[in-house]
Amino acid sequence: MRFVLKTKYTQDINLFLHNGQRFWYGLLMAALILAPFFLESFYVGELTYLFIWVIAGAGLMLLIGYTGLVSMGHAAFMAIGAYAHAVLFKLGVPFFPSLLMAALISGFLGAIIGVAALRMTGIYLAVATISFAFIIEKVISAWRPVTGGHRGFIVPEPVMFGVDFGSDIVFYFLCLVIVTAVMLLVINLLRSPIGRAMVAVRDSEISAQAMGVNLVQTKTLAFTLSAAFTGLAGALYSHKIGMLFPENFTILLSIKLLMLVVVGGLGSVHGIVFGAMFISILPQVIAILRDFLPTWLAQRRGLEPLVFGSILLFFLMYEPLGLYGRWVKIRSYFTQFPLYRKATFKRQKSYLRTERVH
Amino acid sequence: MSIFAAKEIGVSFGGVRALHDVSFNVEKGEIFSIMGPNGAGKTTVFNLISRFYDLDQGDLFLNDERISNIPPHEVAARGIARTFQNTELFENETVLQNLLTAHHTHRSTSFLSEMFFFPHVRRQELAFREKVEDIIDLLDLQSYRDQRIDALPFGARKIVELGRALSLEPQLLLLDEPSSGLNPEETEDLSFWIEDINEELGVTVIMVEHDMNLLGQVSGRVMALSDGELLTIGTPDEVREHPDVISAYLGD
Repeated sequence: MRFVLKTKYTQDINLFLHNGQRFWYGLLMAALILAPFFLESFYVGELTYLFIWVIAGAGLMLLIGYTGLVSMGHAAFMAIGAYAHAVLFKLGVPFFPSLLMAALISGFLGAIIGVAALRMTGIYLAVATISFAFIIEKVISAWRPVTGGHRGFIVPEPVMFGVDFGSDIVFYFLCLVIVTAVMLLVINLLRSPIGRAMVAVRDSEISAQAMGVNLVQTKTLAFTLSAAFTGLAGALYSHKIGMLFPENFTILLSIKLLMLVVVGGLGSVHGIVFGAMFISILPQVIAILRDFLPTWLAQRRGLEPLVFGSILLFFLMYEPLGLYGRWVKIRSYFTQFPLYRKATFKRQKSYLRTERVH
Repeated sequence: MSIFAAKEIGVSFGGVRALHDVSFNVEKGEIFSIMGPNGAGKTTVFNLISRFYDLDQGDLFLNDERISNIPPHEVAARGIARTFQNTELFENETVLQNLLTAHHTHRSTSFLSEMFFFPHVRRQELAFREKVEDIIDLLDLQSYRDQRIDALPFGARKIVELGRALSLEPQLLLLDEPSSGLNPEETEDLSFWIEDINEELGVTVIMVEHDMNLLGQVSGRVMALSDGELLTIGTPDEVREHPDVISAYLGD
């Protein structure tokens, strides 16, 4: 077991608590930088997808995990980001400004939804966000002159300064830089007053107000940032899939994102990465499973949503803290071995405040 | 000079008159208590001051400034902090984070500078932390510092909530039944703390309380309410012996 001697308050603010953490995160970064030179291009592509899921997940985690506002329509913001970027880029806006503008447009729409959703919590907010996602999906399929509707929209190859960002390796590094930046922004936010205000709103709105937290501002900001990050992920995603259809952004994608934050672990930054890994690996696992299942089951189209839903339910019931919570338990089992007490993590059953009926 | 004044305040919920025509002044540096049977409207007074309810009649003044229609989060910025009868802490956070949250109104950084964690954000965090540590020392919360609220016993939560209200550095502190759920020993500690807070930090206190011992020990004046009406205001002894108060508690 490691005991850290704290002699300065800055130690509680720093990104890394001790050199061990510095070493392991440094090693992870080095591995990620070297990875594309050693891995086959399929795996480079899969890692790029993983980064995109992490960016989208960071946005949703900020909203659900930290501010306690449940959104079940985040696919809409990915769609807005993807189409905004693709359309702007095709119109001749340079690559990076176009990415940024996609994030801003998505963030702006997020702010509007945020203001509209101010008076809603829990299940009502979930239903409202689902409806929003349906509206966006319909708008995309109907607005054919701009989006191409169901015929699809071809995303142009991203070439800038003579560099082809569409090539696997360059795009991989682009996503790596963006995901690192987004994670740093999120962590910074969480260790400063506005992050604490978000958590305060999640745990007790009444008390947050009594502490001087402006509910309107905090919730709107959470929605805006969440939509902007998810929109940015959508913009990157558009290059990865190459051709945009409204079918890419259905409720199934929203549920996938929801699964990311719940399975990863609500209210934890590590949970974002764990959840993203989980949802990137899951489709592969399902594909492999299909080979072993009896034909009548393997050929069913509903197999994937069924597995998604069951896993989501399983985690909500048996491990509400998600993979990160599980990891913390396993880690403390080994660090305290053989003194680990089974009841260490037993708590009173508690619900999200927003879920309670007042 | 009165730091706080309520003039003929009243509120009804549907047909229920929760508070009617209640007026009182609180002097700077005073410990002012509100007592009364269940449903008398004591907590309603606090919820009106916190702006969780809108006044139907009357006005509230802080330092002669009208605060009857400022938004709820503005109340804290004006220097009014409060606790809740059954504690309303941020349950999934540590004691330290709870106390730090109370510094929200003192922040001078914008969310953009916070996202990039510029040096002045770090300096501000350190300044907040030092002030929080002073409160932790005052209330002997050292051993709870890094514990999550949902792992704390109720008595400790009450003290943490007091600490969180103090971290706001208020000029006026509203305590809603601070001794409920505490054992006699903890109540004793509490009475010393309330006196310390009042004398050393110079905070004016308004307190809703049932415990007559605690009332008698710390408060200068007491206001008795019953069924939303003001019965009397006076020293603890005067109020205790007032015929209206006795009949409100015991019946005629």
